[in-house]
Amino acid sequence: MTPDISTDSPAISIRWPTLFVAFSRMALTGFGGVMPFAYHALVVKRRWLTEREFSHYLAFSQMLPGPTICNMAVMIGWRYARLRGAVAAFAGILLGPMLLVLALGIAYARFATQPVVRHVLVGMSAIAAGLVIATAMKMALGLSQADARWKQMASTALIGVAAFVGVGVMGWPLIEVAAVLAPLSIALAWTQSEPPSSGQP
Amino acid sequence: MNADAEGSVLVPMLLYFALISLTAVGGGVLMLAPDIHRYAVDTQHWLTADQFVAAFAIAQAAPGPNVLYVTLVGLQVAGLTGAIGATIAVVMPTFFLTLLLVRFTPQRPAGRLSRAVKNGLAPISTGLLAGGGWVLARTADTGHTQVLLTVASVGVMMMTKLNPVWLIAIGAAIGVALQL
Repeated sequence: MTPDISTDSPAISIRWPTLFVAFSRMALTGFGGVMPFAYHALVVKRRWLTEREFSHYLAFSQMLPGPTICNMAVMIGWRYARLRGAVAAFAGILLGPMLLVLALGIAYARFATQPVVRHVLVGMSAIAAGLVIATAMKMALGLSQADARWKQMASTALIGVAAFVGVGVMGWPLIEVAAVLAPLSIALAWTQSEPPSSGQP
Repeated sequence: MNADAEGSVLVPMLLYFALISLTAVGGGVLMLAPDIHRYAVDTQHWLTADQFVAAFAIAQAAPGPNVLYVTLVGLQVAGLTGAIGATIAVVMPTFFLTLLLVRFTPQRPAGRLSRAVKNGLAPISTGLLAGGGWVLARTADTGHTQVLLTVASVGVMMMTKLNPVWLIAIGAAIGVALQL
């Protein structure tokens, strides 16, 4: 059984300073995204969560707006030490990396006119753009594998391309594009999903 | 930017980030990049396209959640107050929302509706993320070498499991070596 995220009481209790330190450490080692490091720390190393609990928290966090890893920190912190735990885990994820990024940003602003700094940034920026494109392509591949029927695949592709063109290429406001596409896409997904069967889902 | 100008953009910027953060459903805040670019660079002229891409690249090179590029956009727009303010504005709405969820709703994301929401939003987030890549590449790829770097970066990411931070380091080294 998947535990209920609001009322389950874990066998172990973890105090908030421990949560703060643990989440700070995963955030500060999390180069290129914290999620894989969070998985390693929470499931493999510390064994605070089972694999199944982790993916459960992940799915929940993705359905909420905002940074997925921050939402997850709030939920896991809450599980072990209620409000204090939620605040501690959330602050742990953000505080250290934010100070680090700020220091880098201030150094950049100070030395931006140096040719070397400019060369570094030009090279890094071209790569960073590629990283985002690759992540989008991987997500698109994942979606096309999840869609078994061609009709479903076509509507998924159409919605994705519409979002890309509207916000990316045309530069229309996200809120307006989402207000049109989101209800449409959710309605399509609803009609294409199987009604829940009486037995196991 | 002088202190007066910083003061006058601070409140609209914080409101914008707080509002836009609530639309980032379905997998992270990287997909907000095209809209932040549209609003902060094209509409409000708070920072240049180059500054935006630099902020993005620096945040990607550093460890921590991807959301922190917003911190650097805030820094460029309104100094240290802007940086901390923008970060708080983009994370706090969802912090409270998540707290409310774990506090008051015991249901699990297994029903048909929540599945439809999840499946319905996935293609939109994917398209938006691709849009973010497009916006970044348009600014970053000012020459043939840069285009080549972006294409190579996509290729390596698709075919290997290399940690992206190494790619960024290689990009920085190539930038210096070729005087890009």
